[in-house]
Amino acid sequence: MRTENQKAWFFVLPVLGLVAFNALVPMMTVVNYSVQETFGNNQFFWEGLGWFEQILRSDRFQAALGRQFLFTLLILLIEVPLGIIVALSMPRKGFWVPVCLVLMALPMLIPWNVVGSMWNIFTLPKIGLLGYFLNDVLGINYDMTQQPLSAWITVVIMDVWHWTSLVVLLCYAGLVSIPDAYYQAAKIDGASPWSVFRYIQLPKMKTVLTIAVLLRFMDSFNIYTEPFVLTGGGPGNSTTLLSIDLVKIALGQFDLGPAAAMSLIYFAITLLVSWVFYTLMTKDDAQ
Amino acid sequence: MIELQDATKRVGNVIHIKPTTLTLQTGHFNVLLGATGSGKTSLIKMMAGLDPIASGKVLMDGQDVTRLNTQKRQISLVHQFFVNYPHMTVFDNIASPLRVAGMAKSEIEGRVEEAADLLQLRPMLHRRPHELSGGQQQRTALARAIAKESRAVFLDEPLANLDYKLREELREQLPDLFAGRGAVVVYATSEPEEALLLGGYTALMEDGRVTQFGPTADIYRNPENIAAARVFSDPPINVARVTVSGAQARLAGGGGWQVADMTDGEYMVAVRPHRVTPIRTSDADVELTGRVIVTELSGSDSSAHFQHGEDAWVSLAAGVHPYQVGEDHRFFMNPAHCRYFGQDGKRVA
Repeated sequence: MRTENQKAWFFVLPVLGLVAFNALVPMMTVVNYSVQETFGNNQFFWEGLGWFEQILRSDRFQAALGRQFLFTLLILLIEVPLGIIVALSMPRKGFWVPVCLVLMALPMLIPWNVVGSMWNIFTLPKIGLLGYFLNDVLGINYDMTQQPLSAWITVVIMDVWHWTSLVVLLCYAGLVSIPDAYYQAAKIDGASPWSVFRYIQLPKMKTVLTIAVLLRFMDSFNIYTEPFVLTGGGPGNSTTLLSIDLVKIALGQFDLGPAAAMSLIYFAITLLVSWVFYTLMTKDDAQ
Repeated sequence: MIELQDATKRVGNVIHIKPTTLTLQTGHFNVLLGATGSGKTSLIKMMAGLDPIASGKVLMDGQDVTRLNTQKRQISLVHQFFVNYPHMTVFDNIASPLRVAGMAKSEIEGRVEEAADLLQLRPMLHRRPHELSGGQQQRTALARAIAKESRAVFLDEPLANLDYKLREELREQLPDLFAGRGAVVVYATSEPEEALLLGGYTALMEDGRVTQFGPTADIYRNPENIAAARVFSDPPINVARVTVSGAQARLAGGGGWQVADMTDGEYMVAVRPHRVTPIRTSDADVELTGRVIVTELSGSDSSAHFQHGEDAWVSLAAGVHPYQVGEDHRFFMNPAHCRYFGQDGKRVA
């Protein structure tokens, strides 16, 4: 039997209010800014889709977007395989399990701006431990404040250091959930370690890997704090990723219209790529 | 043939399998019957080489395989859970051990198809495990065990996770599937009924040891001790205290009969529920009067739990009987079906 009443709405209302407050309202403000021009004094002039066109056509945006994709691609290519390898080599039971888990979790517990400062101090030539060691002991010419390549390597390594743990922990969770029976079956068949990985561990890790790739994509694509603290987007514009560029436009130049349009484009790209990833990675199960 | 010679298994300081000597032959099912945690799986893992044995020996066809790794022992194992490679088709799943063994492609195909036909899997050969029902998944695992040329096949409660109908169906097929393949078939179960249906030999297991081993029917009829009698009875066997003096047995709750060849003393008497009936079946029957506590009707059988003195008894009889819970009823038991055990649990008569 069904009772028709509208009480259910009261249970949904608080959530609706919260989501409206922290997502919908700010988002709509951004939409509002993106189609208008303002010179202050709360005076607005209709601009239509002009800002979007301007942003999409600008070399500056395209370069930042290119750098952003390169950065995300690099860290995914490094962090996902590395995370799997580390997870595979972690012990499954015994005394060392909690030790490993805590060690793995540590980098993720450090605030993002602290990570940036840490790596900044660590890698400064002459002063930083690594910077000094590379330049003055090994004789490698390394200066992330002057050379784009050094800056890129540092930003990528910093992210790998900070976030590989996430992939490791997710994969590890997937691995320990595989029943022993599967390993026994492989042992009885005489399967090689590679076959065990390819046909048992990898398929069983697929769900968590999908989540890991998605999270790492979104986080790295939206990354701001760490590279901003480490290099400030430099030298030159060489490590100016999308979010850094966005802040420069919005707060540095106070171009609210273009910044809002850029935010929306940024958001749309993140959403689109995440959706493509998700669809591709879960395609098999749907069949 | 698999032989265990004083084999033990230990994990840390805990002994999982106490010294066990057992010879399992081909040509019939060898059932390991015991409650959960009695050591059935441990024993299988020892024979399969999945767990190291602490002391003693394991021999296969006379060859000492104690230190031989699992792969070289040429065995198959079917688990309680449905274990298949998730991203391989049914065909590839069945073929995987053959491919690892380096068999020729045409022969693999022949063997896979033969096994698939036996288990009615032919239409599913190109599906993946997650597209199959539980019964089909377990049949795939069984087909893998059949296709592979094994010296021993271990079935560790393979039907436990299947629904009732499928379980009955597969259980009927199992002996035929493995007949004439020359492999030692070991079947672990916690259900006495399965042991009886599968026939062959049964090893009763309790607390990490084999308490009795022999042809299934013999063990059912002649348990060596009270533990074996309890393990191999479903519904649980009736156990009551009995005093023997001057060739006369007397139950603590009343009722007596003549016994021969027993020294005076206190014993335990065990009798299966279906030997205790609400209707007199022979002149030798002993009458027991007890207050009925619980009654159950299962199919066309009725069972009654009744209190006789301090002992709880169960009667299981064909047909529907009009029991009144809380009332006294008369039950009859033929002493010919009684088994007597001493206070140490050993069979006396």
